Amino acid sequence: MIKRIGLSLIAPAIAVAFAVGVASLALVLVDVNPFYAFGLMWDFATTSTSVASIINRAIPLYVSAIAVALGFKMGLFNIGVEGQYLVAALFAAWIGAQFTIWGPLHTLIIILIAAGVGAAWAGIAGYLKITRGVNEVVSTIMLNFIGFSVIGFVLGQIIIGGDSLIQSTPLLPESAMIPGLNWIFTLLGFSEPRGTELQGFLIIAIILGIAYRFLVWKTRFGFELRASGMNPTAARMSGVNPKRMVLYTMLLSGGAAGLVGLSTMLGKLGAFTQDFPRMYGFTGIAVALLGRNNAVGMALGALLFGFMDRSALILDLNDIPKEIVQIIQGVIVLAVVIAYEIVNRWLQNREVKAASDATKSFSEQAEEVAA
Amino acid sequence: MTEGDRAVELINITKTFPGVVANDDVNLSVGLAEIHAVVGENGAGKSTLMKILYGMQQPDSGDIRVRGEMTKLHTPKDAIAHGIGMVHQHFMLADNLTILENIILGSEPKKGVQIDSAFARARIKELGEQYGMPLDPDAKVEMLTIGERQRVEIMKVLYRGATILILDEPTAVLVPQEVDELFASLKELQAEGVTIIFISHKLDEVLAISDGITVMRGGKTVASTTPQDVNAQELAELMVGSELPTPETTASTVTDVVELSINGLSALHSDGRHAIEDVSFKIHRGEIVGIAGVEGNGQSELVDTIMGIREAVSGTVALHGSDISELPTKERRTSGIGIIPEDRHRQGLLLDSPLWENAMLGHQSVAPFANGLLVDRTAARELTEKVIERFDVRTPSADTHAVALSGGNQQKLIAGKEIFLEPGVLIAAHPTRGIDVGAQAAIWDELRDARKAGLAVLLISADLEELIGLSDRLLVIFDGKIVAELDPGEVTPKSLGSHMTGVSMEESA
Amino acid sequence: MTVDVREPSQDMTGRVKGWNTATRWMAMAAIAVLILAIVQQIEGTNQLTSSSTWSSALRLGAPILLAGLGGLFSERAGIVNIGLEGMMIAGMWFGAWAGWQYGPWTGVALGVAGGAVFGLIHAVATVTFAVDQIVSGVAINILAPASVRFLSSVIYTPDTGGGITQSPRIKDFIKTFDVPWLSNWLVDIEEKAWFFVSDLAGILGGFVTNMSWLTVIVLFLVPFSWWLLWKTAWGLRLRSVGENPWAAESLGVAVIRMKYWGVTISGAFAGLAGAYLVVVSQGIYREGSTAGRGFIGLAALIFGNYNPFGVLAGAGVFGYSQALSLRAGAVHALLLLVAVGLLVLAVYAIYQKKFANAGIQAAFAVGFYFWWATSDVVANQIITATPYVITLLVLAMATQRLRMPAADGIPYRKGEAH
Repeated sequence: MIKRIGLSLIAPAIAVAFAVGVASLALVLVDVNPFYAFGLMWDFATTSTSVASIINRAIPLYVSAIAVALGFKMGLFNIGVEGQYLVAALFAAWIGAQFTIWGPLHTLIIILIAAGVGAAWAGIAGYLKITRGVNEVVSTIMLNFIGFSVIGFVLGQIIIGGDSLIQSTPLLPESAMIPGLNWIFTLLGFSEPRGTELQGFLIIAIILGIAYRFLVWKTRFGFELRASGMNPTAARMSGVNPKRMVLYTMLLSGGAAGLVGLSTMLGKLGAFTQDFPRMYGFTGIAVALLGRNNAVGMALGALLFGFMDRSALILDLNDIPKEIVQIIQGVIVLAVVIAYEIVNRWLQNREVKAASDATKSFSEQAEEVAA
Repeated sequence: MTEGDRAVELINITKTFPGVVANDDVNLSVGLAEIHAVVGENGAGKSTLMKILYGMQQPDSGDIRVRGEMTKLHTPKDAIAHGIGMVHQHFMLADNLTILENIILGSEPKKGVQIDSAFARARIKELGEQYGMPLDPDAKVEMLTIGERQRVEIMKVLYRGATILILDEPTAVLVPQEVDELFASLKELQAEGVTIIFISHKLDEVLAISDGITVMRGGKTVASTTPQDVNAQELAELMVGSELPTPETTASTVTDVVELSINGLSALHSDGRHAIEDVSFKIHRGEIVGIAGVEGNGQSELVDTIMGIREAVSGTVALHGSDISELPTKERRTSGIGIIPEDRHRQGLLLDSPLWENAMLGHQSVAPFANGLLVDRTAARELTEKVIERFDVRTPSADTHAVALSGGNQQKLIAGKEIFLEPGVLIAAHPTRGIDVGAQAAIWDELRDARKAGLAVLLISADLEELIGLSDRLLVIFDGKIVAELDPGEVTPKSLGSHMTGVSMEESA
Repeated sequence: MTVDVREPSQDMTGRVKGWNTATRWMAMAAIAVLILAIVQQIEGTNQLTSSSTWSSALRLGAPILLAGLGGLFSERAGIVNIGLEGMMIAGMWFGAWAGWQYGPWTGVALGVAGGAVFGLIHAVATVTFAVDQIVSGVAINILAPASVRFLSSVIYTPDTGGGITQSPRIKDFIKTFDVPWLSNWLVDIEEKAWFFVSDLAGILGGFVTNMSWLTVIVLFLVPFSWWLLWKTAWGLRLRSVGENPWAAESLGVAVIRMKYWGVTISGAFAGLAGAYLVVVSQGIYREGSTAGRGFIGLAALIFGNYNPFGVLAGAGVFGYSQALSLRAGAVHALLLLVAVGLLVLAVYAIYQKKFANAGIQAAFAVGFYFWWATSDVVANQIITATPYVITLLVLAMATQRLRMPAADGIPYRKGEAH
């Protein structure tokens, strides 16, 4: 078991090392000692405040990765998480600000709206795929951009007013917000983060991760999902309805995507603004690849990305180009896929050998018979 | 035999793949302007040998002589340069390109930097007339029939000036009159001095057209002969390595309880033609009904329609007397149809999944695999271990990934789990295709045992020995229709063959 | 199989068609201008056919066209390229840097090279390592902007006038020219405001007035791409690799090398698209100013059914709608234009006895008409979404007629025939 975990870490480790290598090279070229830079990053990242910030950054990436991974598991590429979460966050914020009720219920309603809108937006791609055979990669790309226009339209043409310079939905009432978790630090005996609140959405993200794992590995639906992803023809022969599967998966993936923006919205901003954080959808793809669609792996990947984003700040303060962090992230995406490919072939060869050893005695018999 | 009259000599060729010796010290010698057949069963190593001759694969050891000259063929380009061309069994054509483009690809005539289409067009016309294979150079390949596509393939080779032509199972995909046309063309080519090497396992054809025959078995050459020195029975013996099995003499276990009843079933191809037409038959408890036919005559579509994967345009499927025609695939399976699909990699396995998940495939919504909406992994593993044990699947454990197993063991797992779960009806499509003799015998035994225990089996196979050896009744499918019902005790491979080609229809009518 | 007359791909796949086709296209163009002229009369604007609108449509459409052509070379070679946006960003950055250092034409050259480098990375990942092509594309789209941002932060110190998010201004734009005599003459006619004639003059004027030399080259690249792909042996090999690499391999075509060519050229085209933005339109690299044009190029490619002239049509439609969105009032007229256009299609469908299609088109025509009649302005966001909505609609309506290269997106490994 331990050996198995160790093996599954080889590929991401190679990828991260390679990416760090590329970044180091870039740093050396601009006359910065990479060890100095990475040392700074590490020192900076190990304070309570940084840890809270890293986790906060990791939450949306994790949720986004789960949304992407759900699609991956059945061989669908939902590249539209970006549009889905932004549209979902907009509508959830907009509708959620229209009323005030008992806190947790208010939050829950907003979450459900976000999941519903995300699912609906992704569902368009699913519907087009099963009825018209439209490739989901292309349709979700198009839906991303249509989503951006919808957001601009709603913010710019429908919700007008407010005296802020930044277009925004009305501020959510306090009842909708999720309280922070900084008390955990005190409870564990660390100093309390300053200026940063560990977002309460963390708990929902963890639940989501557990639910994802449970769904994919423990349920019949999850089995059929994976079977469809690995071999659609065989899945069909086994009784899986492929069209229904595509639709369900897109809806689930979109539903998860709808939650991506909520940690920031319900933990910090309290509204959907014109400059609402973007790119989680695309970075989520990177995290899903790095974590190999594994609930724990993706959590580690999200934390790694959160760490890089956070510690980029200290580079900036020391006049080291912080963009190397993004370079590392970009390289990781490519390197991890290549590394998995190579490691996988190697593992497979080992297994084939093991299996053929098991047959050896048998083929010797066969040869005797033939002779 | 002098060296000068040899077109191709392959000497002591050995080629191994991980775990398999595909060619073991193989020898092949073909004379100039000879039609030479390489025969052998699936997996005998014929295709590998041809790929070596065409430079697609390199032998581990051995020599290749072309027209007496020692040669190394590293790529198809080398082979083409030596006047060797190959027509693959699965056509290598780009559908969206024109015939002309497909033919000239890789050796385009040029006028400056442009393709000289006028020259190519004229050349194709000229070759077409010379060999009696007219083609419209500007038609897109996607519009062509199978026979026409094959002509394009042959033309591709001739266009490159090949004088040695390799054909990989050229008749497997053709309808009878297309076969006649092909053979006429081959004779014409031979008359023009072309050497033809073709792979086949249809012995009648081999005897009818070839001048020389090389027989392969288990990666070795076992005989080199001519049609004059050998008859079909002897050839078959050489291929199989023993006498043909005679029909089972075990007592019939057929009862009069109808398990599966197919009534007037029809289904269409995507282009609107009938894939199967008005198919009716019944299978009883304890009965094996064999479907014989040349591949591509509606067998796959029949299976798909019974399974509910392909929509029936008319007719019914009834299981234990209840109509299941409207049920989705999953419910057909859960109500008692098991299946060994014809292509295990494509339809039957999750290669990157452990064996226990593969055993579960198709039964994921019933006990013991399912527990409500959840998967019962423990029960699934236990059951898989029982299957592995009883059906002698050689594997380190139930957690091994399916991809690691040999074809025979993969197939034993599929057949085993389907039989083990005791469906009322089992559809076995090519249950022993491409697997070793040991596994084949094991699966045959299991099917017989299951039949004894009351299983109703629909057996679809291209292997006549398998059909005759196992079936209680034989149905012959031709062009989507059931054209004959035969008693396997009385039928000979030869008479069956004539039904399968549709020839007998006119005679008996 | 029914063959649609409109389908450009049917004509462009190799054979030279006679005058028939040419006349038909001319007639259709004339009808289109007529519709524009009528709609303009009703709306009371001259923006739909003004030379400035068309000139701007040309400038806005060119980068889309280039991105689309880039996609064409890659996808025809069987490699899906959603990294066009990233390659375009790289091209834009290098174009701006070289333009600032050495002038616009060097900017063009380095822009092309910058895009090609990222094309090459995509090729290494997808061809050599058989990485999922979408994944690699996503990675390019993350990697390219990050890399150029890094370069910006290193190179554009405050004294250069640039910064992390934008470059200093380039030395000069690519020169523009008016076609002597013709340009003036067309402007004169356009000013006369004669129905149809002035409209035609306006449209033509857009192509001969204030024309950038680079735009001329870009337009020339359309027939050139067609010639290269359909008339040369190299092009045939490239296409064969996208249709059936195993067949190509069996005939000795160097499949991997052809794929490398396709993807790298794809990057070069996308790089040129980025450079175009700098040296013709903006004069500066600014982060985010490619504004999804790489993806619109992809949309144009699909709209144009993987054919250079189709891509031109797609880029034209998208560029034109963008040009109109920059002109007050003009967009509103577009609603009526769409309504009339759909009506024409509906009539044509009736003529072809496709009544269901005719019904849908007529219903949409009525819908657009009411939208036009009951509104005064159209929000800009609706126009920005247009290319994407159109592409989705085309995909949904005409999937059967779209013909993606058969082996597009399928990983290829040497010697593993299917």
